[in-house]
Amino acid sequence: MRGGTQHMEKRKEVWVFIEQEEGCIAPVSLELLSKARELADRLNGRVCALLLGHQVADLADLTIHYGADVVLLADHPELAVYRTLPYARVALDLLREREPYIFLLGATPIGRDLAPRIASAARAGLTADCTGLQIGDFENRGKRYTDLLYQIRPAFGGNVIATIVNPETRPQMATVREGVMRLDDPDNNRTGEIVRVEPHFDEADLALQVVKREMRPPACNLRNASIVVAGGAGVGCKENFQLIYELARVLGGEVGASRAAVDAGFISHEHQVGQTGVTVRPKLYIACGISGAVQHRAGMDQSAKIIAINTDPDAPIFRIAHYRIVGDLREVIPMMIRAYRELSR
Amino acid sequence: MGYRCVVLVKQVPDTANISGQAMKEDGTVNRAALPAIFNPDDLYALEMALQVKEQHGGEVTVLTMGPPRAADVLRDALYRGADRCILLTDRKFAGADTLATSYTLKCAIERLGGHDLVFCGRQAIDGDTAQVGPQVAEKLGIPQITYAEEILSLHDHEIAVRRALPNGRETVKCTLPCLLTVVGSANRPRPPSARRMITCKLAATPLEYPELLKKWPEFGTEEELDRYLGERGLRIPVWNAADIGAAEDRVGLAGSPTRVLKIDYVVLEARESKEVPATPEGIFSLIRELVQDYIL
Repeated sequence: MRGGTQHMEKRKEVWVFIEQEEGCIAPVSLELLSKARELADRLNGRVCALLLGHQVADLADLTIHYGADVVLLADHPELAVYRTLPYARVALDLLREREPYIFLLGATPIGRDLAPRIASAARAGLTADCTGLQIGDFENRGKRYTDLLYQIRPAFGGNVIATIVNPETRPQMATVREGVMRLDDPDNNRTGEIVRVEPHFDEADLALQVVKREMRPPACNLRNASIVVAGGAGVGCKENFQLIYELARVLGGEVGASRAAVDAGFISHEHQVGQTGVTVRPKLYIACGISGAVQHRAGMDQSAKIIAINTDPDAPIFRIAHYRIVGDLREVIPMMIRAYRELSR
Repeated sequence: MGYRCVVLVKQVPDTANISGQAMKEDGTVNRAALPAIFNPDDLYALEMALQVKEQHGGEVTVLTMGPPRAADVLRDALYRGADRCILLTDRKFAGADTLATSYTLKCAIERLGGHDLVFCGRQAIDGDTAQVGPQVAEKLGIPQITYAEEILSLHDHEIAVRRALPNGRETVKCTLPCLLTVVGSANRPRPPSARRMITCKLAATPLEYPELLKKWPEFGTEEELDRYLGERGLRIPVWNAADIGAAEDRVGLAGSPTRVLKIDYVVLEARESKEVPATPEGIFSLIRELVQDYIL
């Protein structure tokens, strides 16, 4: 037997799906590369960036700078615009070939469309919207598993925090929202391996066609705002939401909203802060008529200062607020505007 | 031609609006204080299916997997215009994650014997995963159109759908059968019809017969009640794992690759905070403090 001692266990691969549109990588994909780097180092494994698209080869180096060891690059005209089936086909073919240990995707509309399709075909466990990822052990019915991926997420409407594991199935799949994981600085001297992949599609993979796309740049810059004024169900009606806009305008902030306000039709979804919306960390967050379900708090509780205005003195939001104002926002907001105008004169 | 529409719905605890009343003293949520409701997004899916039926003919079948009391959402669907409803319930289904759930739903859809369009809500408010729709589509081997907002055209076996995405809109087309997950901007779900609430008032699953007989003993025996409801199309069939030919190791907890390692109740540790009186003076001193601290 030659090189018997050379036998090596295959190094575990941590995959990150690189979401890109027109040559621009989604921020969440870079954040996931940072996280994958940390997980792979812990596992003594490798980070693989899964880069799909058309004429996207020049993005490969960037993913290496952000932490990838290997870039699996599938460049094909059929991949130019995201479609579930061809993307899932490429990912699944590679999955069967390389058997990754962990597979992370952004919890974006694309990630939330693609991840379950892949997980179902691979019969792999998938956890959506994780807010934390760690490596740890698990014991079940006397069986011990080491180095599993702890997938941590708010559950049951965000009122509990669940830690989920996939003991038996691989890859261990999770989606993560943008803004949740810390983005590490790129290292422009990092090197890695680029593996070009030739996709194979059958007719069924190409059954769906994109006829028209009308994409627009995001209407609000909530994520990077230093002041956020957010309204919830307690605002009462769409007309009253003007008060929220007015306060945000006066203070030079952006407008946010709870899911209840979005569901009630007061404001569009792109303003939603929370578990299925945007995560914000402003220096001041003013929560107006927001009761403070954990889903919402998950998206804003890292704000440096929180002011809560609510008529219900028992509203959960008051437990995380630095300043509690029990009162009617229709009266309180105009007082705030007047006070600020007076002080800034 | 008519289209065979299948709508997948879920009964969920109303987690959307947690008021102070649903919070316990220790800062955790009192689940028992939350009512069970029709998952909001699923109402948009049902409405879209009903509109397809109205414009093109066909029938709307509503499926739900859940405990026996989930029959409530099926009755609601009947009141809103569904043609038939089926409850998937079995102790073996308990503890299912999205993979086991989608397998179960797929088996049930196949048992129906044919489908052109499958509709789901975008996501359920208790889990917010948005995974079951795409996973059912994968298991059925059909294309999925997530974030569906409007069916732009439906001719023979070709459908064009507009998708509403946070950063824009996209129009896609494909051939049937396919699965749509429907967003809230798609339509305004019709309310339950008063007429149907009367005609379908007695709709029940066989699991509910004992209770029904207590209320209306004049129906006599369960057999007689079953015949009465069956003749009027008011029997809501109950299917278990064996009925839909589901492999036992792929449903419920046994078929679920995910395991919950632990649950931490979110306990809100009250922060050091200041009560600000809702008076002009109180608000003024708050704003002044923020300006002085360079926060404003």
